[in-house]
Amino acid sequence: MPVDDTTVAAQDHRAFEAGLDALEAPTLPPRPGPGAVCLRSVLPPIVAVVAFIALWQLACSTDLKPSYALPSPLDVFRTFDQTVRDGRAWDAISISVSRGALGFLASLAVGTVLGLAMWRSRWLRAAIGPFVSGLQSLPSVAWVPAAIIWFGLSDAAIYAVVLLGAVPSVANGLLAGFDQVPPLLDKVGRVLGLGTVGRIRHVLLPAALPGYLAGLKQGWAFSWRSLMAAELITYSPALGIGLGQQLNIGRELNAMDLVIASIFLILVVGVAIELLIFAPLERRVLRTRGLTRRSVS
Amino acid sequence: MAHPALQPALQRQATPAPSVRVTKLAQVFERDRPPVLDRIDFDVAPGEFVCLLGASGCGKSTLLSLIAGLGTPTSGSIEVTVGRPALMFQEPALLPWLTAAGNVELALKARGVGRRERRVEAERLLTLVNLTGQGRKRVHELSGGMRQRVALARALAQDSRLLLMDEPFAALDAITRDALHEELIRLWSEQGLSVVFVTHNVREAVRLGQRVLLMSSRPGRIVREWQVEMTQPRAIESPGVSALATEITQHLRAEISRHAR
Repeated sequence: MPVDDTTVAAQDHRAFEAGLDALEAPTLPPRPGPGAVCLRSVLPPIVAVVAFIALWQLACSTDLKPSYALPSPLDVFRTFDQTVRDGRAWDAISISVSRGALGFLASLAVGTVLGLAMWRSRWLRAAIGPFVSGLQSLPSVAWVPAAIIWFGLSDAAIYAVVLLGAVPSVANGLLAGFDQVPPLLDKVGRVLGLGTVGRIRHVLLPAALPGYLAGLKQGWAFSWRSLMAAELITYSPALGIGLGQQLNIGRELNAMDLVIASIFLILVVGVAIELLIFAPLERRVLRTRGLTRRSVS
Repeated sequence: MAHPALQPALQRQATPAPSVRVTKLAQVFERDRPPVLDRIDFDVAPGEFVCLLGASGCGKSTLLSLIAGLGTPTSGSIEVTVGRPALMFQEPALLPWLTAAGNVELALKARGVGRRERRVEAERLLTLVNLTGQGRKRVHELSGGMRQRVALARALAQDSRLLLMDEPFAALDAITRDALHEELIRLWSEQGLSVVFVTHNVREAVRLGQRVLLMSSRPGRIVREWQVEMTQPRAIESPGVSALATEITQHLRAEISRHAR
């Protein structure tokens, strides 16, 4: 059977190239199974917590401090259990988390608009950029007295503090994200014939997403901290009892067990939101771009 | 028998208008320094493969950017008669958050191709660059050569008659580059594209081009040109390619040596 020369050449080439691809394509290490994940990232923190509680118990047993100042782990657990049973813990969590979420969403909106404006206008960025960065390092608790004088002991004062704490992180995160976009990618958008809106939508925003997400994560952490600072100081029966306020009640009653239980709750909620919302989001974004540690090989 | 109104069309068919016509082009970035590009005149015929060869700093990339419409020349004109040109860079410049197919589909989307057609067309184009069934892979899962082929498929997705290439294989190893030369020549002859290929690799220029234009540096001018009479496909190590490359290299070296003074 006569065989066409060019067909043979094409088949040759195809096999050659497929062989090259097979040799050169990066091989990613397999994803670790659930057992390995458990051993590597779940076990160590559990060991650390157990060790911490053991040390704490040891300190109590040796009467390092009087028991009103250093209650035993069991006392704290009983108080904690009490607040969970009578619903105080849930009320405090729901009040604080809804405030935190609302404050964070408001910061997200304001910070994003501010970041976009600063990115679009070189002048605006030169004018207020240093102050926005400076605000990031100002502890937001410093705003509490001012907020109380402006807004009284109200939700508005709390939200003002949260916004002042989180908006700079969000705006700076967005700016950092935009700054890190390689100019070549924007060129690609222009070569493909995308208009300004298309380039922002299909190239710029997705390219800036990792930086933006880092800003949002920091923004949430700052929101939560600012919220606790605000709740701790703006105590008023009209405001309801959030976690910060519960902590303040503990202080006023000299009830160290309630103080520790409240600190514990504040920590847990902050970590839980980070782990349940931001960590998976970030992992997903990084993994699709091959930026996780697993894919670098 | 021809109607008078058809006359110009018939004439155009006889001597087709060039895909690109560059006339008296100059580009000046800084006033006190020699122009980056000076008195550049050349045409690229439909279906022609032209290589622009020159040392670093001869403005060949600038010239390509100008043809691509990414800037405006200081003076002179560039006419591209075949619509928006496609452009490939030295880096694949793929969007890392999209899959291989997603990158190709974005080019189709920019052209207004519908969603369902996009999927079919992207698969067809990936098959064309020998990446059948690899569309779902992410950029970081592909080798350098595969990435550059995805970039090639994306450029083809622009459905342009003119493909501009800015040292697209310079960052690849020799074996992979060889494979891509073959790929490119096959696609060029199948698709009837006009190609302007920028390189500083003399052999590559002779291996690929029908015409090689040698550029000088500071100011960037076209100082000489060669017709490459050999037929495709030709191997980069063939005696014909070697002989012509040796001749062109002498001129290139002489051109570079002028700057020693």
